[in-house]
Amino acid sequence: MQVTVNGEPRDLPDGATVADLLCQLGLTGPLAVELNRQLCSKPRHADTILKNGDQLEIVTIVGGG
Amino acid sequence: MNHQQDTLKLGPYQFTSRLFVGTGKYSSFELMQQALEASGCQVVTVAVRRERLFDSRQRNILDFLDRNRYTLLPNTAGCFSAEDAIRVARLGRELLALDWVKLEVLGDKKTLLPDPIGTLEATQTLVKEGFTVLVYTNDDPVMARKLEDAGATSVMPAAAPIGSGQGVLNPYNIRIILEQAKVPIIVDAGVGTASDVTIAMELGADGVLLNTGVAAAKDPVQMALAMRHAIAAGRLAFLAGRIPRKIYASASSPLDGTIAPTVR
Repeated sequence: MQVTVNGEPRDLPDGATVADLLCQLGLTGPLAVELNRQLCSKPRHADTILKNGDQLEIVTIVGGG
Repeated sequence: MNHQQDTLKLGPYQFTSRLFVGTGKYSSFELMQQALEASGCQVVTVAVRRERLFDSRQRNILDFLDRNRYTLLPNTAGCFSAEDAIRVARLGRELLALDWVKLEVLGDKKTLLPDPIGTLEATQTLVKEGFTVLVYTNDDPVMARKLEDAGATSVMPAAAPIGSGQGVLNPYNIRIILEQAKVPIIVDAGVGTASDVTIAMELGADGVLLNTGVAAAKDPVQMALAMRHAIAAGRLAFLAGRIPRKIYASASSPLDGTIAPTVR
């Protein structure tokens, strides 16, 4: 299946969870995930199953005023 | 008066420094650290942005911000709709496990002026979701009152456009906002140098938030130190009660006892 992550398409095996995606991306720092414009909080990463066409935003903290 | 007790209360938070400093635009994380330390601030703002998916070994700013020393205030910079600002506020809360947010809903890319309608909508929603909202706005006293009524913990009128360095452009509006306000008023945006901060505090502002004025100064650490003095000077001067402005002179030395003037 294909999902969009931070505006870019990404292929994932069917049944992959948000946690699987983060693992695939190798992201370990502080981050937050939004799935289809809804916050997907950390405790739910492992059991939120992604579907074809899902749109994700993975964000972190940067400098700003 | 015990100046140690002159604290700034913002919802559940309490601070002795009234200077809030942003973390953007520094040429390095190390310089940012030095500038923040020189400023004496206790609150620093940060932004929420997409994680780099292909270079995630890059250093994260959080490694350079001591959270035992600074309370991080996430902003919703770069959001041009209430919906986006609300989404970013929720993401910021998830990232930092803090219930407060510096809310910005912008209306224009060139001026970065706030969108008043989106700002009010987002304030109402975020307050309902339990956020402590510090809201960036323009210097319109009517808008300030509406945001206060909507439950904002602090209303933050801009001195001038973000990053413009012009200082307090309309002190009369800021004064009106201060006179009518029941919540802390923090002047946010447009501060260029130390005297701008002092002027804001002398008007009676409860605090000042700045970023570019320090980060883009030729010597950010020196400027941060100047801002530290400026905010203290302005606050003390405000509390001390200034003399009124008069048209005519009022001599400082006694009028009697002068020697006889030379008569020609």
